[in-house]
Amino acid sequence: MSTASVQLPGWINYGVIPLINLVLAFFFSGLVVWAIGENPFEALQLLLVGALGRGEGIGFTLFYTTSFIFTGLSVAVAIHAGLFNIGSEGQAYLGGLGAALVALSLDRYVPWYVTMPFAVIGSALFGAACAAIPAWLQAKRGSHIVITTIMFNFITSSLMNYLLVHLLIVPGKMAPETRTFLPGGQLPKLDWLIALFGGKLGAAPLNFSFLIALVMCFLIWVLVWRTKLGYEMRTLGVSPSVAVYAGIPYARIVMIAMLISGGLAGMMALNPVMGASGRLQIEFVGGAGFVGIAVSLMGRNHPAGIVLSALLFGILYQGGAELSFDMPSITRDMIVVIQGLVILFAGALEYMLRPAIVRLYQQVGGGR
Amino acid sequence: MGLGSAIEPAIELVGIDKKFGAVHANKNINLTVAKGSIHGIIGENGAGKSTLMSILYGFYQADQGEIRVSGRPVAIRDSQAAIAAGIGMVHQHFMLVENFTVLENVMLGAEGGQLLAKGTSSVRKELKRLESDYGMEVDPDAVVEELPVGTQQRVEILKALYRGAEILILDEPTGVLTPPEADHLFKVLRVLRDQGKTIILITHKLREIMAITDTVSVMRRGEMVATRKTAETTVEELAELMVGRRVLLRVEKGDAAPGEVLMSVRHLTVKDSRGVVMVDDVSFDVRAGEIVGIAGVAGNGQSELLEAIAGIRKPTSGEIWIDGKPVAGFDPRRLRDLGLAHIPEDRHHMGLVLKFEENENAILGYHRDRRFGRGPMLDLDAVRKEAEEKIAKYDIRPPNARLRTANFSGGNQQKIVVAREIERDPKMLLIGQPTRGVDIGAIEFIHKRIIDMRDAGKAVLLVSVELDEVRSLSDRILVMFAGKMVGEKPGDASEQTLGLMMAGIAA
Repeated sequence: MSTASVQLPGWINYGVIPLINLVLAFFFSGLVVWAIGENPFEALQLLLVGALGRGEGIGFTLFYTTSFIFTGLSVAVAIHAGLFNIGSEGQAYLGGLGAALVALSLDRYVPWYVTMPFAVIGSALFGAACAAIPAWLQAKRGSHIVITTIMFNFITSSLMNYLLVHLLIVPGKMAPETRTFLPGGQLPKLDWLIALFGGKLGAAPLNFSFLIALVMCFLIWVLVWRTKLGYEMRTLGVSPSVAVYAGIPYARIVMIAMLISGGLAGMMALNPVMGASGRLQIEFVGGAGFVGIAVSLMGRNHPAGIVLSALLFGILYQGGAELSFDMPSITRDMIVVIQGLVILFAGALEYMLRPAIVRLYQQVGGGR
Repeated sequence: MGLGSAIEPAIELVGIDKKFGAVHANKNINLTVAKGSIHGIIGENGAGKSTLMSILYGFYQADQGEIRVSGRPVAIRDSQAAIAAGIGMVHQHFMLVENFTVLENVMLGAEGGQLLAKGTSSVRKELKRLESDYGMEVDPDAVVEELPVGTQQRVEILKALYRGAEILILDEPTGVLTPPEADHLFKVLRVLRDQGKTIILITHKLREIMAITDTVSVMRRGEMVATRKTAETTVEELAELMVGRRVLLRVEKGDAAPGEVLMSVRHLTVKDSRGVVMVDDVSFDVRAGEIVGIAGVAGNGQSELLEAIAGIRKPTSGEIWIDGKPVAGFDPRRLRDLGLAHIPEDRHHMGLVLKFEENENAILGYHRDRRFGRGPMLDLDAVRKEAEEKIAKYDIRPPNARLRTANFSGGNQQKIVVAREIERDPKMLLIGQPTRGVDIGAIEFIHKRIIDMRDAGKAVLLVSVELDEVRSLSDRILVMFAGKMVGEKPGDASEQTLGLMMAGIAA
């Protein structure tokens, strides 16, 4: 009997094991920091203070967190249906076009709260459209979704470059970006949220899309665990042969799951485009789509877990930026190394420690 | 143990104890296997037979206890050590490289150096010798995947013998064989015994134990409850020892009262994914209130036939009528709505999502029903309530609808499937291997449910590779061979007649 089949209580599975993984990741990151001649404890302190110490730091942390929640949910929904969507990056990029088109057309006429629902729909539609072709190829032709979604990241990138450089650029300007949206096309900052905890948001771009992300977490939880569609997705995700037996239509579920996944990735664009910069800029996604894969894996593809792991990555992004500012020998690349270690221990190596923990649990608790 | 101390023991297990967490798989097992005998070990699923044999073959280490081979204590840390001690194992699922030749498979892991020439010639010579000693002829240059299953099994035995096995463990060896193939295996085993080899046979088929073993040991819930000389015991006694209570071995059923035709198949042809014809121009009817059994050796098209009727596999040509409607090409959901239930052959591959909670599996395929929630929503309270009702009615253990399905035993998993398909009160029922990997107590229960369905006027189509099961349940038996229906016999047809038909020899 292998230990993989042993069922552990939730507090160990979702609490103890991730915590130990995280401690290990920080331990090895500390070794790396120590190896280049810096004090790891000081570095950790700088990182945490930079991410959580002041209102502005928290604002930045939660701003990154928002993007990662959207892309993490995007990856998770696809995984529940057994699909590995690597294309959240491109889907988010195209989603930005949807959000920007809505903002550009409505911002002069209506206030932001009227624009917002249309922007949510617009970004989701464009993100979903970007996922639709890979989804269709998988559903009807069996082309592997991993390959096609990766290809679509490149296609989207080129398409957006073209559109920004040739069509959406403000005439006479050098930067490939749209004009800045009027307030009617921007999402308000969440000063009041930070103020609740006695902080000041300052220049941090935390905005209304954070709340949209939390709502989406709830809706996705309902979808996956409380609807018939979610049940069919999970069945297909675990066992395609059982799904056939149960009369669950493969092509349909693949299409729906990928459209939802693409839609969520597309909504990520609300945060940087309408919330932070107020315009559509080139390469605004900046890797958040790929981080979403790690966020989803680490969060066990569960919305609550995704919020927590998105927060962790938000802390690493923001704290890492502060750290490399305060400790010049720790470069941007070093931060990427640390993030990589976190992904390695928390996501990929989760089965390294599990057998030992299972044995320990069985000895101590009698495994009852 | 009263077997006479004059007999020289090949294997002695003394006080073997093994726990997996809270599961006490083997409790203080003592077992003596006499040299040159065939020793059967029998018990229900989860009784600890496999664990015990895995300890003997070095897959697990016992927590306590001693293993002695020919009187000497040995430590068996892995299968290499087991082979060195002269123990060979023939697994239920063959461990053969399908696209290698017989010779290459026998040689695998015993090549004898970097270059193959030496190994090849020694294996070829040894295979010749084994053939003349034991009458186990097999073409050394045949590719394994092209051989019939019975011959593949012989290759497994040859592999063990080539490695110098004096003691052979066979785990459920007849599960995949036709009756003639099984007879042939028994012949080979007797020859091996007469030449001084010791054979341990693990099985759940009481008839085989009676037919071939010299001694039989019964396991129940991790304990060795009895050892008997086969000549001095009966099937009834063994069954009672296995289950711990009296069991009905024969299914009690009255005469069938067939009504109108509910299921009708005409000129059905089905190809598999490679384009090979698996079901070849098959026609038959199933009436309300009768059980039609399909007998045949696994792989002769029964699975494909069942899947085609259930809507899982698209037929190439032909017609399927259900309750008067042509339904060929319908998907499983529409067929369920027409009252066709399906207990699939392989519950792990089709019938259940093992990762799901029990209650989630209790609605599989019927999850769109309104009683499980209105519109797009799933009403978890309703789902769990219904699951608990079925657990109570079918005595599914442990009675916990929130437990992961993988943590139920095979028999209880099968009960989950049976409960789901029967309790929706279908008009027609397709059943594949209803009791595969199911213990005797649950078999009795499931058979009763199937008879109840018949008596309630349902049309039942049964596919099973257990000929006994087909014979005891069916009112009519159709025999399938190489994709064709080769004949129809009444339910009380003799095993010999059916066995020959299954082998494609006589119609």
